[in-house]
Amino acid sequence: MPVRTYVDAIREAMREEMRRDRRVMVFGEDVGAKGGVFGVTEGLQKEFGEWRVMDAPLAESCIVGVSVGAALNGMRPIAEIQFQDFILPAVDQIISEAAKMRYRSAGDWNVPMVIRAPFGGGVHGALYHSQSLEAMFCHVPGLKVVVPSTPHDAKGLLVAAIRDPDPVLYFEHKKAYRSIRGEVPEGDYTVPLGTARLAREGEDIALFTYGLMVHTALEAAQRLERDGFSVEVVDLRCLRPLDRGAIVRSARRCGKVLVAQEANLAVSVASEVSAIVAEECFEYLDAPVMRIGGPEVPAMPFARPLEDFYLVGTDKLEAKLRQLARY
Amino acid sequence: MAVTVTMPQLGESVTEGTIARWLKQPGEPVARYESIVEVASDKVNAEIPAPTDGTFGEVIAPEGAVVTVGQPICTIEQGAEGASDGQAAGGGTARSEAEVEVRSEAVPAPEALPREVGPAAQAARSEAARPTVSAEPPTSPAPPAAPIEVPGRIAASVQADDGGEAAIVPRAGPEPAGEAASDGRMHVTPAVRMLAREHDVDLTQIRGSGIGGRVTKKDVLEYVQQRDAAGRRGERPGAQAAPAAPPGAPAAAPALAPAADLQEGDRLLPMTNVRRAIADHMVRSRHTSPHAWLMVEVDMSRVVRVREARKNEFKATYGVSLTYLPFVARAVLGSLRRFPTLNAQWSEEGIVLKRDIHLGIAVALEENLVVPVLRNADRLSLSGLAQAMADLGERARANRLKLDEIQGGTFTVNNTGALGTVLTQAIINQPQAAILTMDAVIKRPVVVDDMIGIRPIMNLGLSFDHRLNDGLQAARFVQDVRTQLEELDEAASLL
Repeated sequence: MPVRTYVDAIREAMREEMRRDRRVMVFGEDVGAKGGVFGVTEGLQKEFGEWRVMDAPLAESCIVGVSVGAALNGMRPIAEIQFQDFILPAVDQIISEAAKMRYRSAGDWNVPMVIRAPFGGGVHGALYHSQSLEAMFCHVPGLKVVVPSTPHDAKGLLVAAIRDPDPVLYFEHKKAYRSIRGEVPEGDYTVPLGTARLAREGEDIALFTYGLMVHTALEAAQRLERDGFSVEVVDLRCLRPLDRGAIVRSARRCGKVLVAQEANLAVSVASEVSAIVAEECFEYLDAPVMRIGGPEVPAMPFARPLEDFYLVGTDKLEAKLRQLARY
Repeated sequence: MAVTVTMPQLGESVTEGTIARWLKQPGEPVARYESIVEVASDKVNAEIPAPTDGTFGEVIAPEGAVVTVGQPICTIEQGAEGASDGQAAGGGTARSEAEVEVRSEAVPAPEALPREVGPAAQAARSEAARPTVSAEPPTSPAPPAAPIEVPGRIAASVQADDGGEAAIVPRAGPEPAGEAASDGRMHVTPAVRMLAREHDVDLTQIRGSGIGGRVTKKDVLEYVQQRDAAGRRGERPGAQAAPAAPPGAPAAAPALAPAADLQEGDRLLPMTNVRRAIADHMVRSRHTSPHAWLMVEVDMSRVVRVREARKNEFKATYGVSLTYLPFVARAVLGSLRRFPTLNAQWSEEGIVLKRDIHLGIAVALEENLVVPVLRNADRLSLSGLAQAMADLGERARANRLKLDEIQGGTFTVNNTGALGTVLTQAIINQPQAAILTMDAVIKRPVVVDDMIGIRPIMNLGLSFDHRLNDGLQAARFVQDVRTQLEELDEAASLL
């Protein structure tokens, strides 16, 4: 199987879907001639032309609004938001229109649209280029939220998202683009939305996480393995709907649960996973459910030491795992 | 409004405390920071301050009760309820002035609260008063004390002693497993409870490897596995029930102690906190550190001469006796600076070389052993060491050590020679790297310049953690100590 970077896997998914389905189009800032600020759409306009890979004005409400309209008219738009931080002007289109369309039309209309956006920090992006806002969208019925961690899943989940009949938010960790490589099967395949992935089997602690943090988790788990603690790592990869069954299975088997994420913890994905565990695994728990995430401050700071302080690195995660292991 | 006072955490890794003595009685007024109760733990005797002004409410944990950290021990009624209405109304100003006065003089700050230390503590005292559990009816083996329900999830055992008076004795009887579960004090997680029910396991038979001795799910599973294996081999189930601690855990779980086998006429000394703490520490140390041992003979001629010549003057000047201990300590402190791996701690990340030298001095007491710590001992002169050690020893015997005087030692000197020993193999005081033992100074015939001479000889033994140091460093270290003692400058001041 060929080894690809995360960014190449995303591009490959779009290219193959655009070749397969003439309705698939890309719309976003600098996605055309420039090929996207991160190069994700590089070469797509050359292959598919200006009408299918279209540069948008600097107006996110327009990018999503136009995509909603296109979707209602039979297209399969992929809207790119240059940074997830800039998605906020489009939230009204996403929540009030895209998420509600099928419900309010009693199933007569649907919005088969994907919104792609890079998120996350650790790249010295400072306040407006580092946020992790996924929890906002996970709260909204009618939306699906996907965060792949590997090139394999990046491609398989994006293909599944494009083919999904309803709106899907697809968040890419910007630090993963060129730092994460992995095997990607050739040809057509999908990863079903709503399924978690068992990234590592273990029996002492179930560690639930997603996105780039999966790789941090695997490193930390490796460190504990040397001391005889086996950590199971579950890559949630689809944050809405969550794979309830996978969460319950791992939590029950291990009895100790840690949920890790880059975003701050209050009312977050970690909160939801913890609640599921509390509701469905109480009698199997051998320790309080623990969480680790960013601090409750408004944004990721620019200064390198402060950025490091904000992020959950391998050392912090390892310390937290050891705390739970000792309990 | 009633404020509930809970058992505070007295020192690192302490999980419970014994109510030694109530200093306030229900109905008495208490001022914030005023001591309300004496508590004894494994390590420390402390007076607990009131968290608020008010009137002492209810005693939840009676004297002698063992209470888990964080569990309630008493209540304090806040507000005007305590003071009579007339007083409160009439003397408003006067009362608040008095309050201010109390606050300012009582205790400066919570951190500076007097925390007296005395390992034997109340437990030992009550044990001395009632040395046996069942003095009168020794025929039946160890009558287990009848458990009584005490409010606030604290349990104690009540039994009648000789006088027929009901006394609450902490932890009467043998306690095979880590943190007792039978009395309901142990925290059991849902997973452990479910497994115990499923496999019909008595949790008190399991030594917990979790925080505070908590029995973990893993402990239960390992116990069941061993029990079933033992069953298949035809052994008595549960006989060898000592689940191994998870690899890498700081303390390997010691083998389960056998249940008390009391025959007619045998007596059972109840387990005291301090005895248990010593036992746990010794087992842990042996499990943690691969102990290696070596010894050198030291010709103490010069030290003995200096001491004989100066001891009266020294006593008159400094008020304390001049013993061999400060000479050896001074030499050890010098050598520790030259051999930093002896003043060090093992960790998974690497060997931690401690910057400061806090010297532990083992002090034998009648009923226990305490190792007071002389912080930054290398900054002291010989006379300073002698005075500080005398002071620590005296306060150790009076149970008046402070918390930071029994924690944080980086190296320990053990003076069993004072008890007449000639060869001592000590157990390392974790997490230190080594322990040095001074044996008795004894006149012996030795070969000096190819002639037989009579010299005062002291054996100096070093138990060291072989993970940090090999024989090479350890031997060089004790040789260095020996050289300093043998080549002591007799003319030097003892200041």
